[in-house]
Amino acid sequence: MYKIAAVGDKDSICGFASLGIHIFQADGAQEAAKTLRRLAADHYAVIYITELLASQITDELDRYRHLPLPAVIPIPGVKGNTGLGMRYVGKSVEQAVGSDIISEDDRSSKGI
Amino acid sequence: MAVMNINPTRMELTNLKRKLITARRGHKLLKDKRDELMRRFLELVRENKRLRRRVEEGIGQANMHMAVARSVMSDKSLDVALMMPTQEMSLDITQENVMSVLIPRFNTKMKTPDAHDIYSYGFAFTPADLDVAVKSLSDIMPDLFRLAEVEKACQLMAAEIEKTRRRVNALEHVLIPRYEETIRFITMKLDENERSTTTRLMKVKDMMLAKAHHYM
Repeated sequence: MYKIAAVGDKDSICGFASLGIHIFQADGAQEAAKTLRRLAADHYAVIYITELLASQITDELDRYRHLPLPAVIPIPGVKGNTGLGMRYVGKSVEQAVGSDIISEDDRSSKGI
Repeated sequence: MAVMNINPTRMELTNLKRKLITARRGHKLLKDKRDELMRRFLELVRENKRLRRRVEEGIGQANMHMAVARSVMSDKSLDVALMMPTQEMSLDITQENVMSVLIPRFNTKMKTPDAHDIYSYGFAFTPADLDVAVKSLSDIMPDLFRLAEVEKACQLMAAEIEKTRRRVNALEHVLIPRYEETIRFITMKLDENERSTTTRLMKVKDMMLAKAHHYM
């Protein structure tokens, strides 16, 4: 039986508690990294983390990137969308194809 | 391309020829695997992007309502309202095998059967915005899980594609040319040996004839 967690500043994640997701408050990179490691070792299969925190601990995130579990998913927090999540998807494409062809599609379709 | 450092013998030649056939077949198989992986990967990535856009929008909405709720009620009462969740979510994980990449599939399970049982507070002392915030979060919940699933699948597949691509390239540009080169080298060497043996035999024959018939 696996569990789901949300990591971030309190304002961003308190809503998730009502859905039955376990919330873990973390402010600052060090605390977030520690929480992430603890959760990964403790049967959490999906860990949502605010983009703000995720951007501070990208090394930690990369560690779980190619493991089957847990899935660490960046989500926007109250401070808004930093685009980190999308960049991460682009990174996968770049790794597989050699260049980020999908994002370029998006950009050209928007006419930028 | 460098020729391998082996003895030019017939045995090595047969071995090499067998290896070359295996390498060619492996190359073809890996190439097919790469192509199929790539096709599925691109499909997944498109879905990933779509889901992400939707989820990010949904969370933005929820956060907006939450901010309004927070401004109306005190921090403490908000904490109290969300302190004891009625809902508890857990995951069952099954694995799906896509071209030998094991991809996790998440099945969510709720503690209470009613999916609308998400309000962990009485409605008397909380603003409606809190309800809306919680509701909008619960609305994007299925997307949120699907996003986790798809994003993980993308990451795992990307790693596998990279690995497969390297193998294909190594076979195509290093291993197979090297085998071919070496096979050519050994064949040439063996032919050369044969020619030199023939000339030597002819020479010996001449010498023997000369001795027998007292020519010259």
